[in-house]
Amino acid sequence: MATIPSVRELRVRLLQAPTGKRADPSLANVVKLCAIGVLILVVAIALSMAIDARPSLARFGLGFLISQQWNPVTDQFGALPFIYGTVVSSLLALIIGAPIALGTAIALTDLLPRSVRGTLAALVELLAAIPSVVYGLWGIFVMTPILRSTVEPALRDSLGQVPLIGILFSGPAYGVGMLAGGLIMAIMIVPTIAAISRDVINAVPVAQREGMLALGATRWEMIWHGVLPSARSGILGGVTLGLGRALGETMAVTMLIGNRPAISASLFAPSYTMASVIANEFTEATSDFHVAALIEIGLVLLGVTVVVNACAQLLIWRMSGGAPRTTVL
Amino acid sequence: MSQLSPPLTIAWRRKVTNAFMLGLCVLAVAVALIVLVAILGYIVSQGGRALNVDFFTQLPKPVGETGGGMANAIVGSLVLIAIAGVIGLPIGVGAGVYLAEYGRGRLATVVRFMADVLTGVPSIAIGLFAYALFVVPFKSFSAFAGGFALAIIMIPVITRTTEEMVRLVPTSLREGALALGIPRWKMVLRIVLPTALSGIVTGALLAVARVAGETAPLLFTAFGNQFFWQGGLREPIAALPLQIFTYAISPYNDWHQQAWAGSLVLVAIVLILSLGARVLVKRPS
Repeated sequence: MATIPSVRELRVRLLQAPTGKRADPSLANVVKLCAIGVLILVVAIALSMAIDARPSLARFGLGFLISQQWNPVTDQFGALPFIYGTVVSSLLALIIGAPIALGTAIALTDLLPRSVRGTLAALVELLAAIPSVVYGLWGIFVMTPILRSTVEPALRDSLGQVPLIGILFSGPAYGVGMLAGGLIMAIMIVPTIAAISRDVINAVPVAQREGMLALGATRWEMIWHGVLPSARSGILGGVTLGLGRALGETMAVTMLIGNRPAISASLFAPSYTMASVIANEFTEATSDFHVAALIEIGLVLLGVTVVVNACAQLLIWRMSGGAPRTTVL
Repeated sequence: MSQLSPPLTIAWRRKVTNAFMLGLCVLAVAVALIVLVAILGYIVSQGGRALNVDFFTQLPKPVGETGGGMANAIVGSLVLIAIAGVIGLPIGVGAGVYLAEYGRGRLATVVRFMADVLTGVPSIAIGLFAYALFVVPFKSFSAFAGGFALAIIMIPVITRTTEEMVRLVPTSLREGALALGIPRWKMVLRIVLPTALSGIVTGALLAVARVAGETAPLLFTAFGNQFFWQGGLREPIAALPLQIFTYAISPYNDWHQQAWAGSLVLVAIVLILSLGARVLVKRPS
């Protein structure tokens, strides 16, 4: 008597059974080709930019990254003001946006009544559906006037008087500038960070919460000691993903940051980002070096965002095991 | 009494911390919602005032003349999305099917990872890529270059949602099909894909919603156009987000009003698409 094969064995046998059809490998190959296409795209993007940036790479070398010169007339190009603007505006966005996103995620998983959580979470995610250019339009006509007339003078009169950090809040209030750019990006990254944080906080076992409460912890102590430590790497991943979004954000920032390639300590002063300078100057660049310099800036931006996003994915994958999550818009 | 007071102080402090921090969390939700309402409310009120039938049927008027519309930009955006869909949908769905049905081993992991990385590539960089690939050789900004750039943005979104949705198809269904002697390719095409169809459509809708509002990759690919689309893929073409951008940074009040109207239409399109996707997800076939 032969033993009855297990279901798993049967399945393996069935999957391996010859079908005698040529169609089988061809479908497998077609979809494999699509998958490899995705790979090739990423490589091709990096490669094509590296090739097109060669004139600039050859002429300016590493000095490109630390030079403050940006003069299309004399063909002198350095990326430092743009790198500075991108980094500072993105960090500003994180400092403002991440706490709001994390608070939102906590409130929507553990605090607010169960009946409203889903609706409110969907509403917060709607923020991600608003196109960047619309944020920019709203920023120009609603946010910057308020910044110029109320917020920036108030900041100058209060925090501007504090030693050390006072210099951040000094100088004339233009409305458009680093603060406006950082603020609009803060709004834009809240839904990204909130959605991922909500997922990972929800994934922390209920028993852990109940255990903390049974020990007599307050609700906040339960969250702080019982929930957040387990969700830490996922939340960090979400924040990193938000940083990646902010670094690459183009339209809203271009419309609000003031577009002046200068490094200024004050957050009220106009600044410029890597993405913005490409958006503004690329179609008008006439000299080959100008074009190459802009593409090199794009290459630097690509490198930075890819590294940041790869870190974010690794952090998130550590919690989800590489399973895809429904993409945040 | 004095021995009792320290624990009491601690208890009081814990309570205050608790109330304070929980209050901050709820405040965070309030801030996010207030901002959402402030933005959407302003767009609806400003855009609603400027929106009329002309907006959907007329070409933009020159500076100084009131009225006119963005009909060319609306048509242009639809054409660009169609091009992007034709290129992006098959590749995205194919890659997703590979990851879910065949993807084991290192290649699948790398592809999965790269798809997630591609989602995070700045859209302006994708614009530069499309420029180098199609604008430089053909010496002209073109609708095709713009559509191609949007396709690259769509592909990872479609890939990942397709993978997720195909995975949700019960294994028993596959086993049933294979047990009946159906070859694997037929099982994938006739059993698995139709079952996952609503999910794949959801992914496509999300991807379209994502690219409908993209401006940066179109700046130096589609470029914009003041006239109606003539049917060619090798000429520059108008797009709604591009037109909003041009009008928003212009100094003319009339154009600002048009930009608000355009924003209202754009936001409405994106919201309808993403709500549609949500409804499809909620109702699994």
